[in-house]
Amino acid sequence: MILREILLDHYEYPHNHKLTDSPDFREAHMASESCIDDIRVQAKIEDGVIEDIRFDGRACTISTASTSMMTDLVKGKTIEQAKEIMDNYFAMIDGREFDETILDEAIALQGVSKQANRIKCATIGWHGLEKLIAESEEDNDGK
Amino acid sequence: MINTEIIRKDFPMLDNKKMAGKPLVYLDNSATTFKPNRVIDAINDFYHNYTSNIHRGEYELSQKADNAYDSVRGIVGRLINCSEKEVIFTSGATNSLNIVAYSYGLQNLKEGDEILLTLAEHASNVLPWFDVAKRTGAVINYIPLDEEGRLTPEGLKSVISEKTKIVAFASVTNVLGFIADVKELCRIAHQYGAIAVVDGAQSTAHIKTDVKDWDCDFLAFSAHKMCGPSGVGVLYGKKEILDAMVPFTYGGGSNARFEADGTVILKDAPEKFESGTPDMEGVIGLGAAVKYISSVGLDNIYEHEKQLRDYVVRKIKELGNVEIYNEHGDTGIIALNVKDIFAQDAASYIGSQGIAVRSGNHCAKMLHNVIGVTETIRASFYFYNTYEDADRLVEALKNCTIENCIGIFF
Repeated sequence: MILREILLDHYEYPHNHKLTDSPDFREAHMASESCIDDIRVQAKIEDGVIEDIRFDGRACTISTASTSMMTDLVKGKTIEQAKEIMDNYFAMIDGREFDETILDEAIALQGVSKQANRIKCATIGWHGLEKLIAESEEDNDGK
Repeated sequence: MINTEIIRKDFPMLDNKKMAGKPLVYLDNSATTFKPNRVIDAINDFYHNYTSNIHRGEYELSQKADNAYDSVRGIVGRLINCSEKEVIFTSGATNSLNIVAYSYGLQNLKEGDEILLTLAEHASNVLPWFDVAKRTGAVINYIPLDEEGRLTPEGLKSVISEKTKIVAFASVTNVLGFIADVKELCRIAHQYGAIAVVDGAQSTAHIKTDVKDWDCDFLAFSAHKMCGPSGVGVLYGKKEILDAMVPFTYGGGSNARFEADGTVILKDAPEKFESGTPDMEGVIGLGAAVKYISSVGLDNIYEHEKQLRDYVVRKIKELGNVEIYNEHGDTGIIALNVKDIFAQDAASYIGSQGIAVRSGNHCAKMLHNVIGVTETIRASFYFYNTYEDADRLVEALKNCTIENCIGIFF
């Protein structure tokens, strides 16, 4: 598939697009970055591994597709691996050098780096993940 | 009649500017307007030729600044039909409305009093009232809007009571662009002993304002939405109300004298509300802007906007892929969505075609209760917009498919 079809596909049929009530999941409600997008990201993080991750909410193409791709990329990964993916993704969105091989389909979003007013859309779900990882690490430090 | 070909020459921003590589079409005039040379020149003149602080110097330069600054009260007074003693310079409509809420509201409201707003109000005519209600124990209620989202006298009559102390509403709403019957709404408010606070941010530059005829108690507006500079605005208040109010900001310029024992003698209105060195060049720019739009003529401005709106609404309806939320709006504001496309995606595509429109909820975050959607695209026309601008928008809307919205990222 060419990249724009990948992007459209993730928007029209987003992956891991269903929230859960399970108490095993942490949730980040991402609604304060702009007055438009309003999404929730949920992750089940156990023993340093992101066992499951989901999202839903009101969002544009870029927010939806970028979060959908993010869930694909980090599901089943360790926190360390997820952090490496995040670092590379943020580098790509900032227009810096990054490792394409790590980002898989998410490279379809490379063009967002040239549309400054949409960078928030491309990172909202990823910042949700960042928050969930930080919370889980804090909890583990406390134990 | 407005000759846009001549008018456009007055605006540097309309001189062959490009956006995304295409000739710029600016349709975000409800957010802010472009500035004509006369405004830019007036501000530059202050910087180049008579910079000094007002009301403080005994020298000629400062007197020139005093005269330029003070003369704007009269210029604004002639625009809205009030005395110059009733014109307070503020940092904008938001600041003006906050003065009403925190000076008048905190001083006069008590537990159980009612503030009436509408669900179409901009944040700046809602959030100050939320806070003042919390502090005083007053309650907020909403005037029902009609099925199109319009504020009507009947709506006000259906909820107003002796408990109502403040009725606050926009003379033109910022998403739907309906003109309120301000005069009748004020009359009803006064019948019940309430005061009427009018948010004129979207109206002062588009329709004639006559505060005497309207009989409103307060009117707030911003310079930057009427071809003037940002950071400056006006609060009109009836003289007797201003005289009874105490300011909520204090500092230099607003008092005549103060003593160690806490005695303060404030100046009279409007000066008592203007503590600190004001935005002098901004006020001078506002004066030039008011003169400029007065020379174009508010009747002409309204007529031009109305004709453009009728034209573009008709064209958009022919497309079939666009939903309009204010088909019968009164001003140059058109709220719409391309069917099945998120407003922000559509606005980005439209932007990629060189056309500036806004997407989102436009700070009217309670309006979704009325129109059923949280995000819209807002195209807002002004007197310098042309039929070609309208055609460019229609063309962009026609081509606004999800594929094209995504296409801008490749």
